Amino acid sequence: MLFNEPSPLETKVLTRRFGLPNSASIDTYLATEGYQAFLKAAKMKPEEIIAEVKVSNLRGRGGAGFPTGMKWGFVPRTSSKPKYIVVNGDESEPGTCKDRVLIENDPHQLIEGVLIAGLSVDAHAGYIYIRGEYRYLIEVMEKALAEAYEKGWLGKNIQGTGFDFDLYAHTGAGAYECGEESALLESLEGKRGIPRIRPPFPAVAGAFQCPTILNNVETFCAVPAILRDGGAAFAALGIPKSGGTKMTCLTGHINKPGVYELKLGFPVKQMIEEVGGGIRHGKKLKAFIPGGSSCPVLTAAEVEGATMDYDSMASRKTMLGSGGVIIMDEDTCMVKAALRIMRFYAHESCGWCIPCREGTTWLKKILMRFHDGQGTRTDIDLIGDIAKNMLGRTFCPLGDAAAMPTISIVEKFRQEFEDHLNGKPCPYEHSGSMVTV
Amino acid sequence: MTFSAQLEARFDKLLKSYPPGRQRSAMIPMLLYAQDEIGQITGELVNEVATRIGVTPLQVNEVLSYYSMLHTKPLGKYHVQVCTNISCLLHDGDKLYEHACRKLGIGHKEVTADGEFSIEEVECIGACSWAPAIQVNYDFHHHVTPEKLDQLLDGLRKKP
Ligand SMILES: Cc1cc2nc3c(=O)[nH]c(=O)nc-3n(C[C@H](O)[C@H](O)[C@H](O)COP(=O)(O)O)c2cc1C
Ligand code: SF4
Ligand code: FES
Repeated sequence: MLFNEPSPLETKVLTRRFGLPNSASIDTYLATEGYQAFLKAAKMKPEEIIAEVKVSNLRGRGGAGFPTGMKWGFVPRTSSKPKYIVVNGDESEPGTCKDRVLIENDPHQLIEGVLIAGLSVDAHAGYIYIRGEYRYLIEVMEKALAEAYEKGWLGKNIQGTGFDFDLYAHTGAGAYECGEESALLESLEGKRGIPRIRPPFPAVAGAFQCPTILNNVETFCAVPAILRDGGAAFAALGIPKSGGTKMTCLTGHINKPGVYELKLGFPVKQMIEEVGGGIRHGKKLKAFIPGGSSCPVLTAAEVEGATMDYDSMASRKTMLGSGGVIIMDEDTCMVKAALRIMRFYAHESCGWCIPCREGTTWLKKILMRFHDGQGTRTDIDLIGDIAKNMLGRTFCPLGDAAAMPTISIVEKFRQEFEDHLNGKPCPYEHSGSMVTV
Repeated sequence: MTFSAQLEARFDKLLKSYPPGRQRSAMIPMLLYAQDEIGQITGELVNEVATRIGVTPLQVNEVLSYYSMLHTKPLGKYHVQVCTNISCLLHDGDKLYEHACRKLGIGHKEVTADGEFSIEEVECIGACSWAPAIQVNYDFHHHVTPEKLDQLLDGLRKKP
């Protein structure tokens, strides 16, 4: 099911089957070139598959943007250990709701992407880790897996290629940190989601301490198109160094919020105005988060001339991230936004390392005090100081993810913090204080 | 403990899904699926899961406390989870949450006296583009207004 109207400005590659009758069924999939990329890959050498993925310039869609072909190349294919493919479907980055629509509308595309990854490193088993809240997607996935087994696209000697592969859906049970790759692997082993020290990276010691390819749902979903139409064709859709399309979730104060598949390099202005129908109620843009709440915030001025790709965002000291675009209009209280984001990280910190556990909790408390009008001028600098002291000093990137948006908000919207000083009521809020957990 | 035939089938499948000697991997899914059937995670269930996957009850308890969806206390028949994270907040998700609390007369992680409803303020549930969003048990509801929420809860209350 689609929850929003598509836009004519989309480039439909991963979403090409969306809207077809029974788009999630194997019959629809097979009738629309489904599993042909796997058959093609099965005739290729593993290094040729990886080369094709490298040519495509596909970069990880889970948030970090690591080149996928390179990652696959790190897996020691000839190791005597079993190798595994793990799909990160934990999708919990605030602002992000795209893996959900990919699984719901076209689960076989994901299965095919996993199979091709399996061929490329000689893996014969894989796990699709889906966040616990997405229970209905576990059912969608299990149905698709059963269909694939029944029609011989999973299991032993798939379609006579001699390749065996078993794939399982695995549910999480509520924990943002389990989206971090090493915490996810711990969770998959039936443990608390505490991240692992790296190196060794999952490519060498991942699932069950064996070599593992771990990618985001969207990353795997891009792979069938790359093998089918060629890496060069996929690369050509984007801009140099950023190939293909990105599932983009427009959220916040926008007229047509929704998930849209846009070419990498899509101009932000056009995305807001034409894809998203402009800012709600004719208001002006105040702040823009390109890809989930972990990204530093951009001001309206910084958005001028920006495009949705890794380089454009990096040059503005933020990140393309997960594709969760968060749009805030001129009436948004940035102190409240910073507080809500920090409350999230304080809640989700796994507690393993002190700078993150204590830092997020203190920042939450200070921001809460601030939003209630009890802040002091020195607190403004304190917020920035604590956050900067977390940067690079935590065991996993969650600490940075909490610090980065906070630092950017304090630096770019300092005046709003000043406006909350001396017991003044929040200038943007007329309906009392914010709920607290 | 005895479970429904479907749940037993699910357990059998889970125990065969991981490499030999790695049955512990089934722990979290088994706990969540069993909780869905019996309503909460009891001491008896912890012992049962521990026995089936070959770990100690302590090892299960240790994991259990980490995951926010695993509950050792009963929830309402309808567990109303309101997202107030950033994309929902921008669509007044916080006010929706307050409205739900007022309507049911309970707060965060509380259960109504008749056991019908419980409320939880939750973090992003992956419905950000269709905010504000809530989940009642596992069902998503998008673009929820206070009026829509009232209708939904009143409808559920009337259900036999
Ligand atoms: C705190 C935290 C949460 C994360 N959550 C997710 C997630 O929900 N989904 C995801 O794909 N990647 C998530 N990541 C990124 C993963 O660690 C990893 O980089 C990614 O799954 C690799 O796949 P990719 O290369 O295809 O992006 C998270 C990272 C951190 C630090
Ligand atoms: S940074 Fe935070 S989430 Fe990551 S290990 Fe440390 S405490 Fe845990
Ligand atoms: S922020 Fe509410 S569903 Fe994502």
